[in-house]
Amino acid sequence: MSVKIRIPSQLRNLTGGEGMVETDAGTVGRIIMELENLHPGIAERLLDGGEVRRFINIYVDGDDIRFDKGLDTSVADGSEISIVPAVAGG
Amino acid sequence: MATTAEQLKCKECGRSYPLAALFVCDFCFGPLEVAYDYGKIRRRATKDRIALGPPSLWRYADFLPVENKPSVDLQAGFTPLIKADRLAAKLGLKKVWVKNDTANPTHSFKDRVVSVALQRALELGFEVVACASTGNLANSVAAHAAASGTEAFVFVPANLEIQKIIATAVYGVNVVKVRGNYDDVNRLCTEIASEKKWAFVNVNVRPYYAEGSKTLAYETAEQLGWRAPDKVVVPVASGSLLTKIHKGFWELGEVGLIRRKAPVVYGAQAEGCGPVAAAFKEGLEHVKPCKPDTIAKSLAIGNPADGVFALEVARATGGVIESVTEQEIVDGIKLLAETTGIFTETAGGVTTAVLAKLAAAGRIYRDEEVVLFITGDGLKTLDAVAGTLETFEIDPNFSQFEEEVLENVVKST
Repeated sequence: MSVKIRIPSQLRNLTGGEGMVETDAGTVGRIIMELENLHPGIAERLLDGGEVRRFINIYVDGDDIRFDKGLDTSVADGSEISIVPAVAGG
Repeated sequence: MATTAEQLKCKECGRSYPLAALFVCDFCFGPLEVAYDYGKIRRRATKDRIALGPPSLWRYADFLPVENKPSVDLQAGFTPLIKADRLAAKLGLKKVWVKNDTANPTHSFKDRVVSVALQRALELGFEVVACASTGNLANSVAAHAAASGTEAFVFVPANLEIQKIIATAVYGVNVVKVRGNYDDVNRLCTEIASEKKWAFVNVNVRPYYAEGSKTLAYETAEQLGWRAPDKVVVPVASGSLLTKIHKGFWELGEVGLIRRKAPVVYGAQAEGCGPVAAAFKEGLEHVKPCKPDTIAKSLAIGNPADGVFALEVARATGGVIESVTEQEIVDGIKLLAETTGIFTETAGGVTTAVLAKLAAAGRIYRDEEVVLFITGDGLKTLDAVAGTLETFEIDPNFSQFEEEVLENVVKST
């Protein structure tokens, strides 16, 4: 078991074109660090000053992590994380 | 007609991109916005040339990011600007105008943005259009797709008003009801847009789409005799409309069609979904997302993409982002209807109620000229007022008419 992460098209040049990456369970913050080990450069694109960039939304099983504990939100085995640009809608 | 648009530019970090189907900065995920050659627009867009244009938003094509005007379209825009003296008197004001955008082909301002988005999508070679919608956009995308013979997929929250679903499906497009709120629908569409070569009007062609809203400012200025009003009141969902109306007035000043003087911009939200108003009140520079719970479904975006920019515009112009209760929304709908003859959907109830609140708080001076942007038709949200109105019912009998109707209508007897 592991956690699945949906990678938006804007970041796929860092994942070799992959739209889905798997990591071990943990907090969102730890998972981003693991992503960084697998695909260097990705953390800088997601975080700014240790916080999620303001135009990026991260969801765990469809729930915005801002409604939970942000980067400290825990992600269980079998969960799915979506990284989605905030710029849409209206 | 070569476009006056030059490039897409990130509003957050300033990086430039070509005029393609891009919507976020590859680096920082900031939103991309169309940048123009204003010298070119200034030379081209004279008052005479605009006056000779069609009675639709396409009279301002020189200010829009398209190569050509569409060969077939629904002629959206150029809606009435109505002097609302009875509404003004009721609020203790003198000069209130209503920009009545219910008078669009599918009865909301969304026809403006969709006209531009669809034209640009076809120019970019897309064969399928799609959108995430709270209803008004769904109606408009479906109608424009039908008129142009383009295949369309429309995604809406499953609990949307039945009128809005019927008024979308009737155009023969694919309607997908998603079991979730608008923010859920939006997230799904953003993910689908990563996988499919479709033009999601408010996702991957959003920079072009959003520019359509500027035409509300151009029309208002032209209809006032080429000047800007002192103040405007605009509903806030994603925040895009508010920022684009401001941009529209700014551009007219930039190209010399009006004096350089941006109006004070007020934003209107429902308390049941007022993340931008809350951020304004708390003096924050970011917007905390919320879970929407309001009858103003067309404004029910809990995670507004342009919220931070709406905050900036309100603060820079000396405006406010204000919110109103559900009861005030219903009262706002009735106030507008009873004093102007315009029946608005819940979003317009929010806008009218915010104007009333600002007037009562003394924020708008008696002599100031205010334009109220009414962006959608009341027939789309009948449920909001359905239980609150009284009618008479009688047999076809004259004495019953006298006793049960006239006796109760003191004013007209």
